Amino acid sequence: MNGPTLDFSFLDATARGSMASKHVDESLDAIDGNMHECNFKAPAVEDFEGFQREVINYVKPNHGTTTLAFIFEHGIVVAVDSRASQGPYISSQTVKKVIEINPFLLGTMAGGAADCQFWQRNLGIQCRLHELENGKRITVRAASKLLANTLYSYKGKGLSMGTMVAGWDLNGPGLYYVDSEGTRLKGQRFSVGSGSLFAYGVLDQGYKWDLTVEEACELGRRAIYHATFRDAFSGGTVSVYHVGANGWTKVTGDDVGELHFSYYPATPVDDVDAHCGGEGKKEAEARAATEASAMET
Amino acid sequence: MDVVFGFVGYDFAVLVADRAATQQIIVQKLDEDKIVELDSTKIMALSGPKGDCVAFGEYLRANVRLYRLKYGHELDVSATAHYARNELAEALRSGPYQVNCLLAGFDKLKNEPELHFMDYLATCHRVNTGGHGYGGMFCLSLFDKHWVPNMSRAQAMDLVDLCVGEVCERLVTAPTDYLVKIVDKNGCETIVYDATDRLKKRRDLMADVAARMASMN
Repeated sequence: MNGPTLDFSFLDATARGSMASKHVDESLDAIDGNMHECNFKAPAVEDFEGFQREVINYVKPNHGTTTLAFIFEHGIVVAVDSRASQGPYISSQTVKKVIEINPFLLGTMAGGAADCQFWQRNLGIQCRLHELENGKRITVRAASKLLANTLYSYKGKGLSMGTMVAGWDLNGPGLYYVDSEGTRLKGQRFSVGSGSLFAYGVLDQGYKWDLTVEEACELGRRAIYHATFRDAFSGGTVSVYHVGANGWTKVTGDDVGELHFSYYPATPVDDVDAHCGGEGKKEAEARAATEASAMET
Repeated sequence: MDVVFGFVGYDFAVLVADRAATQQIIVQKLDEDKIVELDSTKIMALSGPKGDCVAFGEYLRANVRLYRLKYGHELDVSATAHYARNELAEALRSGPYQVNCLLAGFDKLKNEPELHFMDYLATCHRVNTGGHGYGGMFCLSLFDKHWVPNMSRAQAMDLVDLCVGEVCERLVTAPTDYLVKIVDKNGCETIVYDATDRLKKRRDLMADVAARMASMN
């Protein structure tokens, strides 16, 4: 078959190392071009799955978590809790579950803490290399795909991650869900972790496109707070980040205990009925009064 | 649980897939597209683990396009089906893809539409109607009763209506939003199908039946 002659050189090995070095500082050569292919060897055992079941107990902290992120009119809000647990034991209340990949990209952490930290740091490296090679920032779409490709290549090898990649690029705000099954979803609203069901409940009901930044941050904080209230494996502090056109900023970090008492003050009150806001008793009394007056006449 | 089914008509083939991306009991989004457009006359619906579906879909699409660039003509539909089947067969013993798919397309040489049914065990059949998963099973009897050769587009949409209606009524955790893609010699047309209207009709019907029952006594 004599098809038209085409230049297929673009299908050859991609920029890094060869073409890239034409444009970029030579010092880059010292860096291994394919950082994401760390090529961890799988253990040389006959029954890999059995081996994994056996050793997984030693290395699996941080299984309970609540994280969420959503896009709205003025950017993206990312909110997370900070508890790490190993089985029934709370191993830390001060975990940083938002990973700052670069000034325009955030990642969140659910599942294995080490896996998330390592591979998102690795994603940071890849994003920086992309910047050096192309002279412009990487898009959220591309960054999330880099991470998804890495995770997909290790599928079935025991990684455990559920992460959201949020950031701002030429196309505006971008939000992707990426997990260790190799799933990658674009979306406006995600929550990940054992407390995600509870967070979704509050988030979905309170979400609108035209929230102000303050309202949006409060919505994220409130959703995480309610998740920590119901989910034993979430707690600590609620961290809230906002991503706008100029990159991300950390908005607040509040202890959930203090949040609880600010939402539901435990000060003694004189009139319990009035404080709780229930109108039933007042209505019943009013009804009884009108009935009584009707009886009189 | 993905709901995926499809059938052939007179000069076109139809694929229907739900739009929900789910994880365990959570619906993560309701605007997912599970039907890959391999090229202008071939579309493929994929169901299975999300990562696998995307990877397999992108891989096939890239290779189908590469073939056209390389040899200057397109793979026909059955060749594409055999190629995909072969990939699935190789993947079966070596790990990666566990994907069920339906390949629909229009063969320009034979001038007829085709539908190929494939599952992750690398079964491959050319069929007139087919479906995957529990949702697909509900549709099978409907196809047996209502599918006829050489259907028009209007008839095809009626059949899609029937199938989606049945899935919504009988399947636990039935999705509400579907994507219908129709492929013919001119290309692929996408229709966003909202099952809530369909459900409302059904509910009105049942309310009417209940009212008549009540008036009998």
